[in-house]
Amino acid sequence: MKLQLKIWRQKSADSTGRFETYTVEADEHMSFLEMLDVLNETLIHEKKEPVVFEHDCREGICGSCSMVINGRPHGPMQGTTACQLHMRSFKNGDTITIEPFRAKSFPVLKDLSVDRSAFDRIIESGGYISVNTGQAPDGNSLPIEKDLAGKAFEAAACIGCGACVAACPNGSAMLFTSAKVSHLGLLPQGAVEHSARVQNMVNQMDKEGFGMCSNTEACEAECPKEISVENIARLNRSYMASIMGSEK
Amino acid sequence: MWIIKFLTSSIGRKLIMSLTGLFLCLFLVVHLIGNLQLLIPDGGETFNRYAYMMTHSPLIKIIAYGNYFFILLHAVQGILISLSNKSAKSQKYAVSTNANSSWASKNMMLLGLLVLAFILIHMGDFWFRMKAEGGFLGEGWVAMLTYEGIGEPVANLYDRVVITFSQLWIVIVYLIGLVALAIHLNHGFASAFQSLGLNHKKYTPLIKGLGKAYSILIPLGFAIIPLYVFFTNL
Repeated sequence: MKLQLKIWRQKSADSTGRFETYTVEADEHMSFLEMLDVLNETLIHEKKEPVVFEHDCREGICGSCSMVINGRPHGPMQGTTACQLHMRSFKNGDTITIEPFRAKSFPVLKDLSVDRSAFDRIIESGGYISVNTGQAPDGNSLPIEKDLAGKAFEAAACIGCGACVAACPNGSAMLFTSAKVSHLGLLPQGAVEHSARVQNMVNQMDKEGFGMCSNTEACEAECPKEISVENIARLNRSYMASIMGSEK
Repeated sequence: MWIIKFLTSSIGRKLIMSLTGLFLCLFLVVHLIGNLQLLIPDGGETFNRYAYMMTHSPLIKIIAYGNYFFILLHAVQGILISLSNKSAKSQKYAVSTNANSSWASKNMMLLGLLVLAFILIHMGDFWFRMKAEGGFLGEGWVAMLTYEGIGEPVANLYDRVVITFSQLWIVIVYLIGLVALAIHLNHGFASAFQSLGLNHKKYTPLIKGLGKAYSILIPLGFAIIPLYVFFTNL
């Protein structure tokens, strides 16, 4: 299949970028990133600068790939990362527009690569549990109710890719932060620090300049792991309970 | 101070939007029930007596000033949040999509500004005239009449309503304002509960359904009044 690609090219964080158009010959069995690999091979052969995009596991679990395909983070397929999107989702002759994630807190570094270290700083502010490392505890030594474990697990599926921020018209990081807070806070090991964690992570999130949630729910629609906005409600009430109810 | 930190945090600011919004939703219900008395065919006596009662009760006065304050707080906070949110999105996408969210949810400030403009026009039509009557702006802003049992002249607001809604362009302006209100509420009602942290498998579908019904029925109820007055006074 022959495709026309409109790709955002930007030399560095400080330079202004622009779209450039390329044509590429792809196979419908290729993943989206493999199609970009083919384009880059050609560009390298032509002694041109290849398109910078982030990738790592290419099996939808690392959260590295970050690009907006035809206006949608990770492309048109529901619950799928860009690396797991295949070219059979497109037709011969299609024009595909590829842009980096857009948010003030995710500045573009080069081409399609953005700086997502704001997420790392949110995690550093409280996205952990304080336990001594050592031998893994026995599987069922701590009884956890099944539904609760399920909810925590669903939230833990967040791969921190930032598609929620990219999809949100406000560039809000509420889905990411709420997924981390739910994943840790719903389990007994994480519940101990829940109250302090919620305040610290929200403070850091606000400090990073992410926008405020206006419940458009675009994040949930675009999340490759289909994290629910139910988690955002949990973060809202946890934050209110923490700041009004605790002594901190 | 914790309370300031709370109310200036992203979640605290949304809480203010949510609580003021829900209060205004409650106000709309009371306002609609009161105004539907305009449809009673008694020359406006029931409505005028009701309006007199509402403007002469100290309790209602306190609630009314609270209401003005909440409208302003909701509007100012909403504008500030929207502007701050716009700046958090450095650059728009070249390809825009409506596949992931509703139009209303992304245009709450625009809709809110339309509703605010409508409120100002609406208050100019009735509230201002009633307040101005007999003051330093002189008389003739609203007709006065007397009713048995009330020892002073009563503003004939019913008469004002008929005069106002006999003009087609005003009816159209009101209808535009109500459509903006309907779309604003269509997102706002259920959104307020989510901002409060109330999301539950059992209740959220009910709240969403109620919100959709509310956003259609309340503006529709208000729309009946100018339409009824206009068509019965042709």
